[in-house]
Amino acid sequence: MSTPLLQVENLSVSFNTEDGVVKAVDGVSWSIEAGQSLGIVGESGSGKTVGGLTLLGLTRSGRTTVSGRAMFEGSDLVSMGDASLRAVRGKGIAMIFQDPLSSLHPFYRVGDQIIEAIQAHSQTPKKVARARAAELLALVGIPDPKARLDAYPHEFSGGMRQRAMIAMALSNEPRLLIADEPTTALDVTVQAQILELLDRLRRELQMALVIITHDLGVVAETAEQVAVMYAGRIVEQSPVNELFSQPMHPYTWGLLRSIPKLTGPRDEALLPIPGRPPSLISRPKGCAFAERCAYAEDACRLTDPLLATTADGRRSACLIPHERRMAAWPALAAGGTEADALKVVRGTK
Amino acid sequence: MSEPVLKVRDLVKHFPITRGVVLQREVGAVRAVDGVSFDVAQGETLGLVGETGCGKSTTARMLARLIDPTSGEIEFDGENLSGIKGRALKEARRQIQMVFQDPYSSLNPRKRVGSIIEEPLRIHGLLSEGDARRKRVQELMDRVGLNPEHYNRFPHEFSGGQRQRIGVARAIALGPRLLIADEPVSALDVSIQAQILNLLKDLQKDMGLTIIFIAHDLSVVRHMCDRVAVMYLGKIAEIAPNEDLYSHPRHPYTEALLAAVPSPEPGRSGRTRALLGGDVPSPANPPVACRFHTRCAYADAICSAEEPFLVQRDGSVAACHHPLSG
Repeated sequence: MSTPLLQVENLSVSFNTEDGVVKAVDGVSWSIEAGQSLGIVGESGSGKTVGGLTLLGLTRSGRTTVSGRAMFEGSDLVSMGDASLRAVRGKGIAMIFQDPLSSLHPFYRVGDQIIEAIQAHSQTPKKVARARAAELLALVGIPDPKARLDAYPHEFSGGMRQRAMIAMALSNEPRLLIADEPTTALDVTVQAQILELLDRLRRELQMALVIITHDLGVVAETAEQVAVMYAGRIVEQSPVNELFSQPMHPYTWGLLRSIPKLTGPRDEALLPIPGRPPSLISRPKGCAFAERCAYAEDACRLTDPLLATTADGRRSACLIPHERRMAAWPALAAGGTEADALKVVRGTK
Repeated sequence: MSEPVLKVRDLVKHFPITRGVVLQREVGAVRAVDGVSFDVAQGETLGLVGETGCGKSTTARMLARLIDPTSGEIEFDGENLSGIKGRALKEARRQIQMVFQDPYSSLNPRKRVGSIIEEPLRIHGLLSEGDARRKRVQELMDRVGLNPEHYNRFPHEFSGGQRQRIGVARAIALGPRLLIADEPVSALDVSIQAQILNLLKDLQKDMGLTIIFIAHDLSVVRHMCDRVAVMYLGKIAEIAPNEDLYSHPRHPYTEALLAAVPSPEPGRSGRTRALLGGDVPSPANPPVACRFHTRCAYADAICSAEEPFLVQRDGSVAACHHPLSG
């Protein structure tokens, strides 16, 4: 295996607040190679966004403590000075955000904002930069790009704004694009267009893509590898097909069982995960998911499970032996009860 | 289908576009809802789906009479709601309640939860002040899965899912017959979303509620609704029983919407997708004839010349010149 494009090792981010220290990201490791795509899924407060922001130094402040390493093309993003990090931002790694309206400046023309992004990293003459901006708008599928350069963000629809944001992110040909909930604010039809666009760009430009989302459907369509986060940590990482066909972690099971589906039998009650995520200020002893987990044993409330790698290179953090978990999923996937699955997990059936 | 409890006929809402500051003159109108008709049976759940700006929320707000329709009729339980005012309107609102999308902005942050849930009782002068109301509020809190002891807490002390439970408790406080849920779970995490959906289904069973369920998430709508109306630019494109709509969409727009939903089954993602191009045209200036013809893969000359009417084929009713065959 070649050296990964970005290798995140044991990244932790905590915020000092009035209520205490919030451990938003708690020892997360992952890596991505050129042209690959990684999905990071999790619920609100799982640390998926903070992790992404931290890579670009966007969480730096007097109240934030960051530890760990993030090696990008031979240098560490965590310990890098602000000036060198600014050179990486946009050029090495670009990021797009959830809300395309608040990410664009309402007073400036879209074209000028893209030109600014181009000129931030190179001494490109305005004329050349403008032509390049038009090319970029064409690349992301905005019709009549030359005329659209002079439009203001409010003249664009939500989907077009997100396309413009992507165009801006691509302006310096980044090797890695971090997309944080890029389609959450958009309609499904437009979402489908944007996901298709991101996938096409990744293939054509050999750009690595990290897609951060709460939507398992989005992950299923765009990511090759998926990391599932819970309470600031990765609890499972699997290739996308395996994540959906043989999920390893009880939290992933819960997520998959709680979403209504577009096909298959209907009318069965949904199976929500009871309770809610723990406080990130006082992390419970043992496994953070134990309180909501139907399979938790006494040991789960005492011992913090490590993220262990299986023979086929997947990772999961659960104290229940791997074989027993794998034996329990098929019945759950078919809509079986947790009580039956528990017997399999405990080895009494 | 049993006798409909809610009948909506030719409902229209135009928001005027004005120019000028002092002498405002009308230069056009956003045709948010432009002639919508449907029936809802007692105890049924009707889903309203469509893209942003298709008029689904405006329709909901007119049904609750939060805004007045430009024209058209809303008949609830044999009574015409569209023109009523004052006491009659207040009385009607006891029967029709609403749950909103954002559990953060729909609860007054300065009021205690007990007082928020009690408010409908207070407005309608139900139960005597003090213990009786407090007891009723605590029953309601218990019913929606909140700890009744948290009566004196403020909204910020609750999580998003719990806040939405507060919103539901407030909506059922008067024992309404029609509940309008406008994107009730779209602000919630998936694991919490399922809790609220199950709660709504339980309440419907217990109270015999009729529900109008608005959502942009087609899989959530499939799970919740008996029938689904698909709206496009202020009009109904197709209305059909749940099974028919999802297995045999008749309107090309329904087909395109379904194809766009990302599937949490990676095996299916290899399918060739009929991607809908472009954006929804402006409702201030909608396309003539069939409003969908500018984005439709099947459109031909007639689609830009003549407006299609809603026509029944099997169980589905669709407004299309070239309906898809099952």
